[in-house]
Amino acid sequence: MSRTITIEPITRIEGHGKITLMLNDSGTVDNALFQVTQFRGFEKLSEGRRFREMPSLMARVCGICPVAHLIAGAKACDQILAVKVPETGSLIREAINLGQIVQSHALSFFYLSVPDMVMGFDANPMDRNILGVLKKNPQMASDGIRLRKFGQTIIELLAGKRVHPAAIIAGGVSDPCSADVRDKILADIPEMLRIVQRNLDWYKQALNQNGTSSLRVSKFVDEIRTFANMKSLFMGLVNDDGELDFYDGKIRFVDSSRKIVADKLDPANYQDYIAEHVENWTFLKFPYYKPMGYPKGMYRVGPLARLNVVDRCGTPQADLELSEFRGLSSGAVLSSFYYHHARLIEILYSLEKLEQLLSEPAFTGNKTRAVAGPNNLEGVGMAEAPRGTLIHHYKVDEHGVMQWANLIIASGHNNMAMNHGIMQVARHFVKGEKIEEGMLNRVEAVIRAFDPCLSCSTHAAGKMPLKIELARPNGEVVHTLTQG
Amino acid sequence: MSSSVKIKTLTIDERQVGAREDQTILDVARENGIKIPTLCSLKGLSAYGGCRMCIVEIAGTPKLLPSCMTTVEEGMVVTTNSDRIKKYRRSLLELYFSERNHVCSVCATNGYCELQSMAQEVEMTHVHFPYMYPQLDIDATHERFILDHNRCISCTRCVRVCDEIEGAHTLDIKDRGIDIRVITDLDHPWGESETCTQCGKCVHVCPTGALIERGKSVGEMSKRKQLLPYLTKMREAHE
Ligand code: SF4
Ligand code: SF4
Ligand code: FES
Ligand SMILES: [Fe+2]
Repeated sequence: MSRTITIEPITRIEGHGKITLMLNDSGTVDNALFQVTQFRGFEKLSEGRRFREMPSLMARVCGICPVAHLIAGAKACDQILAVKVPETGSLIREAINLGQIVQSHALSFFYLSVPDMVMGFDANPMDRNILGVLKKNPQMASDGIRLRKFGQTIIELLAGKRVHPAAIIAGGVSDPCSADVRDKILADIPEMLRIVQRNLDWYKQALNQNGTSSLRVSKFVDEIRTFANMKSLFMGLVNDDGELDFYDGKIRFVDSSRKIVADKLDPANYQDYIAEHVENWTFLKFPYYKPMGYPKGMYRVGPLARLNVVDRCGTPQADLELSEFRGLSSGAVLSSFYYHHARLIEILYSLEKLEQLLSEPAFTGNKTRAVAGPNNLEGVGMAEAPRGTLIHHYKVDEHGVMQWANLIIASGHNNMAMNHGIMQVARHFVKGEKIEEGMLNRVEAVIRAFDPCLSCSTHAAGKMPLKIELARPNGEVVHTLTQG
Repeated sequence: MSSSVKIKTLTIDERQVGAREDQTILDVARENGIKIPTLCSLKGLSAYGGCRMCIVEIAGTPKLLPSCMTTVEEGMVVTTNSDRIKKYRRSLLELYFSERNHVCSVCATNGYCELQSMAQEVEMTHVHFPYMYPQLDIDATHERFILDHNRCISCTRCVRVCDEIEGAHTLDIKDRGIDIRVITDLDHPWGESETCTQCGKCVHVCPTGALIERGKSVGEMSKRKQLLPYLTKMREAHE
């Protein structure tokens, strides 16, 4: 007799998600579906608006990473204006984006994922949170809080308001940055660098069995093996030198052996290489690399993908860490468990890069925006958000009134991989009649490794409220487990 | 002022005040430093009496009356800020917000909007009415200005300034009630208007983000509040 298990993460931001696991007679998982059952029609909502409202309007797609939407949106607007943003404006935008990366990654790692690593996936959920970490490893908890605060402060100082900064606008940014503000941020960077390095060291040690230095022999070997550990393509923006670039750059795809599949693709032509597959059971579309078709063209984005895609980070400390990271695998690093590791390296990179940007004389220049009216009828903006490549595509009429919009967000790109990962993890850990808490946590943790937008809303709580049901085909619930 | 104008005494908020017989309660209150919230009224323009924010209680009259349209009478006892009035003002304001699409966070006038500051003033915390989310157009055809019906509260300040001060009468109103719309010329796109002098007065008297200059991003459209008082003063000086 087959059964269905349903897990419902109750989310508020981007829609409602639900996981359904179909068990066969022998009690193992036959199929897994990650469904988004509700979707906010942001694209529809934009029709008839002024294009200049778009960056802020689209920033409401997400309360956790609005900066990424502001940047991608503003870049799409730049193209409609047909202007080049003055250097100072670009530098400030890029710095704000890096601040967002730091704060978002710190949240994902320290608040959401460290509890599993410190307390263990099977620990009592009452202790498996940031408070538990605070008791067991107070330094680490305060490190996480400090880092996150630093990222937030950058956004606050450079963009005015923290939650939905309005300073990023069509043509540039609205306000220049004073030397005082720049110095204030610069002064904190050395300490932040020490914090990340300390936690990277902890991470690498903590995951190892009996002090052996090989990352492959980890006490989370089962999780590493099953957390969406699979072949796929990877996509991300790289600069002309093949380095990480969160703000600008061109698209590169690599395969699971890290061989370049396509390079220097112009963001403006994204429709030539990205297509979206639609399934009738979920509102979240499945983007894929068009030349390979669906589902073969499955790709991942975000921290893991970016590190797989680039030749190097482009900053010294991050590059040292990257070379160690490369040692995890002969080709691309495939297990999505390593999103966590990649996130820490990206924080390191962001801090080093911030230091570089802020040291540019142009950073405190006065010319922060280009002024123009709508000159093009279309614009595509692309940037790397904490969770992956973000695409905003707008079409306007001759007066600048929005006619059409298309957004591809990180949780979308990773949709196929997340589905795959849930299936993998469920097959390995879900067994028998009764659902164990640890099993539920692992299903949740695989989603958390991707840190999708879908879970944005639950960041504050530190835990996704989940409901899991074991039901007979006739709908009779035989077992229920809830958390959150 | 002619000597035949009579002086009346009345009470506003328990204060004895004197007034000329042709003055409105709002004028007298302002002269005496008593603040009554208003949206459609603007010094220098004719009174319109449309927004109803200025409602007051007059002893012996069950109805609340708009102070900008009600002239003083001898012995009147006026209350400008009772709990009942406050409740009505809040509800009125909630209706404004529910009627069109006022998304402050993406509005060019964010931070400079009178509707917004009024909401703070009357301590509006929620909109208790269902939002109507009407599908409204934006007229972005004008070379310098944009008219966004989503944010219009139909106060007609723009219509009056265009007619009474600029003398162009480009702007007007069509339809009534919920269908009321500001129009340009004979309901043709603003950009095609042959009467508009591009003076920009309408933009600067508009209390909300309904009329803005082109090219303004979120929170960048401040209004020149002193423009109209200045024009009126200069005009009076020449008369
Ligand atoms: S710009 Fe001047 S003339 Fe034109 S509509 Fe506005 S007030 Fe009237
Ligand atoms: S456009 Fe502005 S000034 Fe004119 S009626 Fe509407 S809110 Fe009032
Ligand atoms: S100010 Fe009196 S009705 Fe508007
Ligand atoms: Fe997000």
